[in-house]
Amino acid sequence: MSSGLYTQLLDLACGAFLLAAVIVLWRHELAALVRAFALQGVALAAIAVFLGGHEERWDLIAVGLGIGVLRAGVLPYLMRRALAALAADRGSEEVRETQPLVNVAASLLTAALLTLLAYAVGRPLTRLDPTPAAHALPVGLAVVLIGFFVLATRRRALAQVVGFLLLDNGITATAFLATSGVPLIVELGVSFDVLLAVLVLQILTTRMREAFGTTDIDDLRELHDR
Amino acid sequence: MNGIGYAAVVGQVVVVVGGAPLLAGWMRQVRARLEGRAGAGVLQPWRDTCKLLRKEPITPAGTGPAFRAAPALLVATTAVATALVPLLSTDTPVSSHADLVVVVALVALGTLALALAGLDTGTAFGGMGASREMTVAALVEPTILLSVFALSMPAGTTNIPAIVAGAAHHPARLASPAGLLAVAALAVAVLAETGRIPVDNPSTHLELTMIHEAMVLEYAGPDLALVELGAQMRLTLLLGLLSSLFVPWGIATSGSWGALAVAPVLFAAKLCLLGAALATAEVCWAKVRLFRVPELLAGSFLLALLAVTASYVLNGAP
Repeated sequence: MSSGLYTQLLDLACGAFLLAAVIVLWRHELAALVRAFALQGVALAAIAVFLGGHEERWDLIAVGLGIGVLRAGVLPYLMRRALAALAADRGSEEVRETQPLVNVAASLLTAALLTLLAYAVGRPLTRLDPTPAAHALPVGLAVVLIGFFVLATRRRALAQVVGFLLLDNGITATAFLATSGVPLIVELGVSFDVLLAVLVLQILTTRMREAFGTTDIDDLRELHDR
Repeated sequence: MNGIGYAAVVGQVVVVVGGAPLLAGWMRQVRARLEGRAGAGVLQPWRDTCKLLRKEPITPAGTGPAFRAAPALLVATTAVATALVPLLSTDTPVSSHADLVVVVALVALGTLALALAGLDTGTAFGGMGASREMTVAALVEPTILLSVFALSMPAGTTNIPAIVAGAAHHPARLASPAGLLAVAALAVAVLAETGRIPVDNPSTHLELTMIHEAMVLEYAGPDLALVELGAQMRLTLLLGLLSSLFVPWGIATSGSWGALAVAPVLFAAKLCLLGAALATAEVCWAKVRLFRVPELLAGSFLLALLAVTASYVLNGAP
């Protein structure tokens, strides 16, 4: 792969990666959140594959494809199943993220500030080794921060799961861009961790719905009010 | 050379003034066909304009100079902006003055004149439409500025002809994430600024939803014709700006008669395609609630900001 084309493709994948995080903040429907997350998984896999293709490391390409299967296939499938269970149970009420704690316009502006912050923080790192991958590093940091923000401001359990996965996507992207590829065994461990976490969270969501009839975190007052 | 430059400027204004109603008619026709109607034909807006121009000018009692000057000001500012923006040629005598900030300010001046006219009538609808229009405008102008700044960074200048000429010579600048984010942001901003469907419905007179129509309810006769023409010219100008910035091929970058002769044809073709795409989208979309409009515009502002950040962070630009 020629250097100019590689830079462009990597930049494009990073742009799509960041855009997916923004769409998660923008949309109200939980189904749209899951779709945006799947798009982000594809972009993340593309980042890994482009890096592997540039350095001609086949293990990295394999890791990238594995990430693609997990994050664009398995995890969205699990979330969609949980969503279908919610929709069948409670009608259309639960399927919308009705009221995030911060309204959408304000959270979009916050995301803009977080992106700028990530860029400011990432500058010394970029200056250490000015390769195209290092230049894209702040994108990974920005997605980590946006993931934190989603985790903190959303009320439905499933939206919080998306926030958690956004955070993890950001961490993975940062790892790839900073080290140009983590070892296969580390990535496998992380991926299984994430899969396990989502399965546990899915069971937790189901239990919450059975116990309280909703997954709105704010309704869970009984734990400390009595 | 200079003769060609002046011909290009005159050509731009003539093409936009003459073509704007045709573009509006073309979009209505596409919409009608998609909705299964026969449609009134592409020339209908021109016929409407001619009909209105023959009528007697009437102004409501108690309105002041703002009401009377607004239609002329709207058309005049749009015409000046049209002369500045490189729609047919980047090499014109006025191209050194065609700064981004000037063009956006001219467009905003037209908006302001119309909003003042809406307030001047003293009716409930006029004031309501004006306040809504200014809310939208306050959110749209920074988005337009920022998204074009994202493109001006690789070019190193805010001069629009220089940006367009640079993009025509280095197409790689457009395929970068900054370019893609900027085009998405600018497209939303253009839809909002021209009052098209996700923000405002141009064909409704339902008082709860309208923005643009509420301001111009009191106009009649030749004034109404000017207001309509101004709105159509703004749509043409902003769609033309969008196409010039992101599909700059076919715009004459050097002073030759041949290039200038090809440019209007390609410009018309690009606008026809854009107009058809927009009309198709309008058939499929619903208007968003007024309370969700700031959300939509905040989203497009964020895209523009990300475009600026991306063109700074990522390696695409030095």
